[in-house]
Amino acid sequence: MMGLDFALIQQLGYIFAAVLFIYGLKMLSKEDTAARGNLVSSSGMLVAVLVTIVEIINPILVLSAVLLGGLIGSIFALRVKMTSIPEMVALFNGFGGLSSFFLAWSEFNTLSETSLIMVITYATVLIGGITFSGSVVAFLKLSEIYRGSNDAFNKFSKWLLIVCLVFIFIAILQVLLSGLGLVNFDFEFIKKIFIAVLIVSIISGLAFVIPIGGGDMPVVISLLNSLSGIAAASAGVLLTNTALIVAGCLVGASGLILTLIMAKSMNRTLFNIFFVGYESSGSSQGEIDGEIKPISADDAYLVVEAARSVLVVPGYGMAVAQAQHVVKELGDLLEENGCEVSYGIHPVAGRMPGHMNVLLAEANVSYDNLLEPKDINPSMETVDIAIVIGANDVVNPSATEEPGSPIYGMPILEVHKAKTVIVLKRSMASGFAGVQNPLFFKENTRMLFGDAKESISKLVSEFKE
Amino acid sequence: METLILLFFILVLAIFLGLELISKIPSTLHTPLMSGANAISGITLVGALSLETGSNLQMILAFCAITFASINVFGGYLVTNRMLRMFKKK
Repeated sequence: MMGLDFALIQQLGYIFAAVLFIYGLKMLSKEDTAARGNLVSSSGMLVAVLVTIVEIINPILVLSAVLLGGLIGSIFALRVKMTSIPEMVALFNGFGGLSSFFLAWSEFNTLSETSLIMVITYATVLIGGITFSGSVVAFLKLSEIYRGSNDAFNKFSKWLLIVCLVFIFIAILQVLLSGLGLVNFDFEFIKKIFIAVLIVSIISGLAFVIPIGGGDMPVVISLLNSLSGIAAASAGVLLTNTALIVAGCLVGASGLILTLIMAKSMNRTLFNIFFVGYESSGSSQGEIDGEIKPISADDAYLVVEAARSVLVVPGYGMAVAQAQHVVKELGDLLEENGCEVSYGIHPVAGRMPGHMNVLLAEANVSYDNLLEPKDINPSMETVDIAIVIGANDVVNPSATEEPGSPIYGMPILEVHKAKTVIVLKRSMASGFAGVQNPLFFKENTRMLFGDAKESISKLVSEFKE
Repeated sequence: METLILLFFILVLAIFLGLELISKIPSTLHTPLMSGANAISGITLVGALSLETGSNLQMILAFCAITFASINVFGGYLVTNRMLRMFKKK
């Protein structure tokens, strides 16, 4: 009787936890309630863990693993710099997938004969494995440890991925057929195949993410985020655990939404991003008319000082230079000077969804000053100066003016319509898309070359004098 | 088999619920949403807690599953909280 009661309490606990996750996520998607939403969702996790405690078979092992994981996770979370958030989120996505991977592997070892449930075991291993190794590649790319490989290797990776997926398809088919009793395989043989599936799943993730370029990382991270949830949900079906299914699906859905938002912001289909890449997706472009007009920090100061309205457009370059604090300082000085300052944020600026927003929030910029392209584009003509800090493709006018350009149709921040544009840039190298940017050659554009942080610091010190 | 169908039913409903729930999200919250969702995917911890630990391999697998899930749960919630505390409106 006691046991039955507890099973009931546990199921009710899972329902309660699911409600808390749902509310938490809902609150997390609105600015005013986001912080509380995170708390609500974490209390859901606490409830789910607490009602599971009685099922623990090996308390010492569990406690030491939780302490170790908790310690590592907390150190990461409290120490990480805001500029490194994309790498950390990528890595954590991977850990989520890895956890499901181990879970499914462990469950496989409790089986003694082929059954249909093994199909789900395989699926969990596959999704978890891809999430893990794909995230590790994303992590290495984002932290610039691994800078991508040559075209030949990328092509090889794409073929390798196909071979891997075909292998896993056959493995699943085999289990399905023998589970239905249609074909009889020796279980020892199935065990060997399973080990191969473990390895092939890891290779699939590597082969999947290796060919994808740095600029497409916001989409990749979102997708891996989604997959980590799907892996958890799949593990939930395996363990007949409703808490895992519901929570996993919520994560899967939120990751999917972000993935689609990112793809839409680049005007590309997911297929194009994952299987084609930029190189082959458009025709070559012609020569660009006009010339580059460099400007010194001194002259830039004179121009900015006279401006009544300024739009700051940050990109990955601001993150690399860690310039968010000086940008905020410049913004404050401009406002003191009677100038109106706002920030134009493109959804795919940076290396992950919302990357720029986090950096500017760290520097204390109020989030209602951050405008999306659709908010700022209609009034772009009234902007005196647009200061572009290390952004490139998201302000490339080819996207609106040049049919045939690889990025044609991508919604951009139309800074070229502002009265004057000052572009802060390290060199004339092209952006992630490898596309020339006619903005740099426009009549109203001035190029301020150098490290973004140094350049802005110069402007700031001129203001202070 | 019936249980399996029921579980799939929950799975499908939960996905639709999730899509409806978060369909509109301001770009300011993209990163926190992702890291917050990441913490939730640490729910595998709940499944990993009750894994069998009979053999050495089982023990290692359970230990790894719990450790990585815990990293997700603790790290995910903490870093999300850290980020959200920075978001301010004047």
